[in-house]
Amino acid sequence: MILDGKCPTGPIEQTWDKHRFDLKLVNPANKRKYNVIVVGTGLAGGAAAASLGELGYNVQAFCYQDSPRRAHSIAAQGGINAAKNYPNDGDSIYRLFYDTIKGGDFRAREADVWRLAQVSNNIIDQCVAQGVPFARDYAGYLDNRSFGGAQVSRTFFARGQTGQQLLLGAYSALSRQIKAGTVKMYDRREMLDLVVVDGVARGITVRNLVTGAMENYAADAVCLATGGYVNVFYLSTNAMGCSVTANWKAHKKGAYFANPCYTQIHPTCIPQAGDYQSKLTLMSESLRNDGRVWVPKKKEDCGKHPNEIAEDDRDYYLERKYPSYGNLAPRDIASRAAKEQCDDGRGVGPGGRGVYLDFADSIKRLGEDTIRERYGNLFEMYEKITDENGYKRPMRMYPAPHYSMGGLWVDYNLMSNIPGLFVLGEANFSVHGANRLGASALMQGLADGYFVIPYTIGGYLATVKPGQVKADHAEFKQSVDDVKAEQDKYLSINGKKTVFEFMREVGGLMWENCGMARTKESLETNLKKIPALREEFWKNVKVTGSGAELNQQLENAGRTADFLEFSELLCRDALHRNESCGGHFRSEYQDAGEAQRDDVNFCYVGAWEYKGAGKEPELHKEPLKFDNVHLAVRSYK
Amino acid sequence: MSDHKTMTLTLIVWRQKNANDPGKFETYTAKNITEHHSFLEMLDCVNEDLIYAGKDPIVFDHDCREGICGMCSQVINGAPHGGQDRTTVCQLHMRKFKDGDTIYIEPWRARAFPIIRDLIVDRSALDKIIQAGGYTSCHTGGVADGNAILIPKPVADEAMDAAECVGCGACVAGCPNGAAMLFTGAKVSQLALLPQGKAEAAERVKSMTNAMIECGFGNCTNHYECMAACPKGINVKFIARMNREFLKAQFA
Repeated sequence: MILDGKCPTGPIEQTWDKHRFDLKLVNPANKRKYNVIVVGTGLAGGAAAASLGELGYNVQAFCYQDSPRRAHSIAAQGGINAAKNYPNDGDSIYRLFYDTIKGGDFRAREADVWRLAQVSNNIIDQCVAQGVPFARDYAGYLDNRSFGGAQVSRTFFARGQTGQQLLLGAYSALSRQIKAGTVKMYDRREMLDLVVVDGVARGITVRNLVTGAMENYAADAVCLATGGYVNVFYLSTNAMGCSVTANWKAHKKGAYFANPCYTQIHPTCIPQAGDYQSKLTLMSESLRNDGRVWVPKKKEDCGKHPNEIAEDDRDYYLERKYPSYGNLAPRDIASRAAKEQCDDGRGVGPGGRGVYLDFADSIKRLGEDTIRERYGNLFEMYEKITDENGYKRPMRMYPAPHYSMGGLWVDYNLMSNIPGLFVLGEANFSVHGANRLGASALMQGLADGYFVIPYTIGGYLATVKPGQVKADHAEFKQSVDDVKAEQDKYLSINGKKTVFEFMREVGGLMWENCGMARTKESLETNLKKIPALREEFWKNVKVTGSGAELNQQLENAGRTADFLEFSELLCRDALHRNESCGGHFRSEYQDAGEAQRDDVNFCYVGAWEYKGAGKEPELHKEPLKFDNVHLAVRSYK
Repeated sequence: MSDHKTMTLTLIVWRQKNANDPGKFETYTAKNITEHHSFLEMLDCVNEDLIYAGKDPIVFDHDCREGICGMCSQVINGAPHGGQDRTTVCQLHMRKFKDGDTIYIEPWRARAFPIIRDLIVDRSALDKIIQAGGYTSCHTGGVADGNAILIPKPVADEAMDAAECVGCGACVAGCPNGAAMLFTGAKVSQLALLPQGKAEAAERVKSMTNAMIECGFGNCTNHYECMAACPKGINVKFIARMNREFLKAQFA
């Protein structure tokens, strides 16, 4: 089936304005009759719940943490992009649009990306009004910094904690609506099923993580803002609770999963220290503004103290390979380049899995105080984890899974193929194509939550009668029975291996065979090994305790079971895509080390339909058209 | 960095089935721990052993494991987050301990934070304080350009110092009175400093301090334990600023 994204046509700069006018409206007095569920309270979900509540809808918001303020958007360090052009350096909505399309390696929809660039400026204004303390200069104006994949300074920031400050802004707006009674907040709840009645999304089933009780909630529309899935690699920069579960349950109820193989490996993370490690820590890409990336030219120098390696014996490989972007080459390119150096035997640190990020030149030029002011908290964090002082010796960095560009398929209105199911932020596939540029995740989350969904959900709700299905409908009871049966099964197996062991194993297979570089052979290996591992899981997992209490092992068992299914789809998508683009690098398809895209055969969104357990999923395609940006080889040289 | 040397530690951990259970300390042994383990990874290892033995693992709140989400919350040897300067539990590493150490691990203890299970407490009282007024009442859309109101760098920087709070509640756990003055003072100060928050400053400080009392938090008697416990180094000067704002609000 050919999918239709329902994008507006006509001159691109008028598409969103025209579409907003064309959307139907819900009368202010009628809004309170509509129930809207928002799952996840990060930038996308928090902003959506707050904005929809303020409009007058009856909102129910859910998160698995103890408070909506803890969603993993909080960990974003570097900044948020906007086309304000405050520095007068040539930025514009068109340039942000262009950079995002090109950065995404021509695998995103033009109209969606245009809208994102257009509303980016409103986001900055909104956050300032909320009291987000963005960095300012001495005259009191907003300050900007540069980020990878752009030649203008368009990134706004709040020290090294931009995500935290933006999330607390959204959380404060959400708190205001909770107080006003327009939003009812349910924390420590995990969504374990989507309830679909006659093909329309009507609600969710959640587990109360404190009592273990199953709870049903019915609504006229369900918004998933449930984040990304790179914990499928086990070690990633995501929080421990991030999972594919909500999206996977929706997928199994019919929602198409688009481009799962587009995963982003962030180039600057603290290298792994041991096999007990539970997660990896990212160091903001903004560090590449002032840090120079290098490895020793000679293999025999790798064991030496970095400060003892002569300037002539260092290979500043990003500056050498990409002179015009240098250390600010986009993430996918910088990550692969790091892997290449390490594969060549010139990596540093434990296992030779690391490259240096060196601030000596910047400290000489600007002074240690300036560097401390810009990145102090990152240097502190680095020292806490590694016991090394980044001001005195170069930091060691290695790429780590960080973000998923793929996600549930949505149309221009952010609605999935299931009517009434909307997907926001990282959970959808829409704007980043095959690679996301730095400082664009925060932009997308807030754009979807503050400025897109408040319009597009009205267009849908105006066409449906409120309250048609209640939580006493038979489908809700069935959903609870199904979820309970699954939970009982985890608890009854009483095998020999813990949930963590299985997650480490599947994550290891994914990183090894479906990580920074993939081949037909490595993917086929995974497609054999993952089903076997899954089978073993269902025979040999050990989960203690009961379902009627707070049980973290049981929570993790469910997330792991879903990763064991989803990982197979990810590999299948990677195997079918016989090209290299953005975060998807197939070693067979390269031209002198650079990714080789195949626009003749693969210029489409690949959206997978679930066909039942043990059955092959079906691929649906949405062709991509580029009328405004010339489809060209992506070069940063 | 010696990867081969490992530690064996004795853990004395608070175990409590649920809010109604009286709870008690249990003793466990952590084996094969290296200096590179984070504190929570050390607990992960202990939990794996407990699961193999068919016992209930120790439950504790945690999520980002990079010191920013504010979810982790343990009192270690009497100090919230373990007592390392500006460090959350998840960022505390085992190189701060030595082989043979005995470590006491307890939940946050405060009247306003009932224990849910083991090391997990209910901190929704902090959300209630924010709901009482920790925001500016701006609407989505329809706001001025970000540069329309200039904010001098020292003011923006001081607001950011206050805004760094991660809402973990260590200040409450560290305070002998179980007060949330540092938490509330930080939010009140951030918004009172910025021009965007000034319009509602008087109303805000009154309703937020009121919520603080209603939730069962104590008052400040200048122990400064909150600042010592704070993983973000929030300064007690923000409590003083809140008190000034509170006084000003009486005449507003």
